[in-house]
Amino acid sequence: MGLDRRVFMGGAAVAASSLAMPYGFAKGNGTPKVVVIGGGAGGATAARYLAKDSKGALDVTLIEPSRSYYTCFFSNLYLGGFKNLDDLAHSYGTLASGYGVNVVHDWAVGVDRDKKYVRLAGGARVPYDKLILSPGIDFVEGSVAGWDILAQNKMPHAYKAGSQTELLKAQVMAMPAGGVFAMVAPPNPFRCPPGPYERISMVAYLLKTHNPTAKILVADPKPKFSKMALFQEGWGTHYDGMIDWIGPDFGGDNVVVNPDEMTLSIDGEVTKVDVCNVIPAMKAGRIAEVADVSDGRWAPVHARDMSSKADKDIHVLGDAALQGDMPKSGFAANSQAKVCANAIRGALTGSKIFPAKFSNTCWSLIDDDDGVKVGASYKATDEKIAKVSGFISKTGEDAATRANNYKESEGWYAGITKDMFG
Amino acid sequence: MVSGLRLFLMTATGIWFGLFLLGQAAFAVDLGDKEKGRKLFKLCKHCHQIGQGAKNRIGPHLNLLFGRKAASIDGFRYSKGIKRAAAGGLEWHADTLSAYLENPKNLVSGTRMNFVGMKDLDQRMDLIAYLRLFSDNPADIPEADPTVSDAGHDLDPAILALKGDPDYGDYLSGECTACHQTSGQDDGVPSIVAWPEDDFVRAMHAYKKQVRQHPVMQMIAGRLSDDEIASLAAFFANIKE
Repeated sequence: MGLDRRVFMGGAAVAASSLAMPYGFAKGNGTPKVVVIGGGAGGATAARYLAKDSKGALDVTLIEPSRSYYTCFFSNLYLGGFKNLDDLAHSYGTLASGYGVNVVHDWAVGVDRDKKYVRLAGGARVPYDKLILSPGIDFVEGSVAGWDILAQNKMPHAYKAGSQTELLKAQVMAMPAGGVFAMVAPPNPFRCPPGPYERISMVAYLLKTHNPTAKILVADPKPKFSKMALFQEGWGTHYDGMIDWIGPDFGGDNVVVNPDEMTLSIDGEVTKVDVCNVIPAMKAGRIAEVADVSDGRWAPVHARDMSSKADKDIHVLGDAALQGDMPKSGFAANSQAKVCANAIRGALTGSKIFPAKFSNTCWSLIDDDDGVKVGASYKATDEKIAKVSGFISKTGEDAATRANNYKESEGWYAGITKDMFG
Repeated sequence: MVSGLRLFLMTATGIWFGLFLLGQAAFAVDLGDKEKGRKLFKLCKHCHQIGQGAKNRIGPHLNLLFGRKAASIDGFRYSKGIKRAAAGGLEWHADTLSAYLENPKNLVSGTRMNFVGMKDLDQRMDLIAYLRLFSDNPADIPEADPTVSDAGHDLDPAILALKGDPDYGDYLSGECTACHQTSGQDDGVPSIVAWPEDDFVRAMHAYKKQVRQHPVMQMIAGRLSDDEIASLAAFFANIKE
């Protein structure tokens, strides 16, 4: 583990070979192989663009255990009742049939960086010339006192969409009249910075109609959060008196949960709660550690092509990457995937490599037809992905603007899922 | 347990804002000749009425037009396109009117205003000077609305003549297709497929100069070079999935 010989030599080899011999892998040994681990916004997009743009010149394999993928983005809208769970589900059929991606539904459990193959839980070895890791997030053990993954049925995280999201919604719907919904919000950095606060808004929306005397308690280790002014304005306007947000000044960073007793202790003050949504601290998906490209938390990458700083033939996308200024979002992963796919295709087939350009926009729904957005554009520097410019919705905007934001977010959802899955 | 004070304190302290975009920049430039504009209004009056007793016809009436939010007359059936532009912040001032009159579809994709466009800047300024007669406020004091004039969206012909590289456009289009669908389907984000290249280029430059309102598009267009815009136009005009 840690800094080993491969890390050091890998770095030197990048400098020597990237310009001198771009076709190194492509000649002689048949079609160059790209293996992608993880079929979310980063991995699915990368697989699709590699297959689409190389027109058969690359052999693309996507390894993803789920047959149906539930997008984490928009899953809060399912909680609020604006989307059905089915609306969030996507299959990999078109990537296989329409683009020729070899989709393997299995877990990647090992990476041999010297012999360049991926080991699957089923036992198979999948060789690669270039490997893309887009595993999303895992949770940091012990980050919320009293909680571990075995408690996720009593206190769901619902931060990987699917059964957890369904469970959380069922728990909210089963709350007794006047009950308490609690959230333990995560420390930075984490997937989808506005996500916990959009979730609070959607739970409030649900409770307002089904259980209007219920209360929402948020324990937050952070003094401020994404779109804070917009959310707090909206909470005041739409859900006045329902939401109690407790930042670190009041003990939001000193939390203990007890899943058996269903209690939450904030700074020693114990509260009995009916639902407790625990969103622990996060780190790169496990395979980043297995491949030894993680710094213990995230996988450092070069901004120009998302290649790992530990191995020139491994690229890391999306939430798992330590890249600089971009938030961990599906939009960002999708954006990074296209830069990465272009660079890998260039390296393996000699196609032209265009300069890296990234962008991100995150929409959040606060109430019915009250949508807000934040976004920025980014460039690659030698050190990191660096922010160039950005915008954010304003407080006090008129209803038409906010309604249009929501409509636009629906258009974006349709667009990005097509961009990922074809 | 429930403490409104905590929430209040946070509201007061923890606020951050990103970059805000200014609405209309003011340029104190004379409008055109309103008498010439009166004659030019013949082109409009098949659809629009203006002046005392003006009513909505095929198009909305044009009284009190300046400073008005687009698509804001109650009871008029507006297109989806102009309603979207209005939600994006489009207001009628001399600069936006000039862009709209030059080619309505550049400023508002999907508008029902079926007007071929008035290419001559002087003519547009004349017509705008005439329209200005029917709005509030004296037209000739600097603070009044119409002193906002043509904000230079009249594109240099050299920019329109640029030949884009469709392969580069193909790569750059990845930034567009996170929201816009290559099939041309519109589920809340408009189609950008199969536009005439000139229209595409004009629209992107209008975002770049912030004549066309939309924060995401102004951000995206703001960092595209003239060549990159031409390349995107070339790619999307002939897109094949």
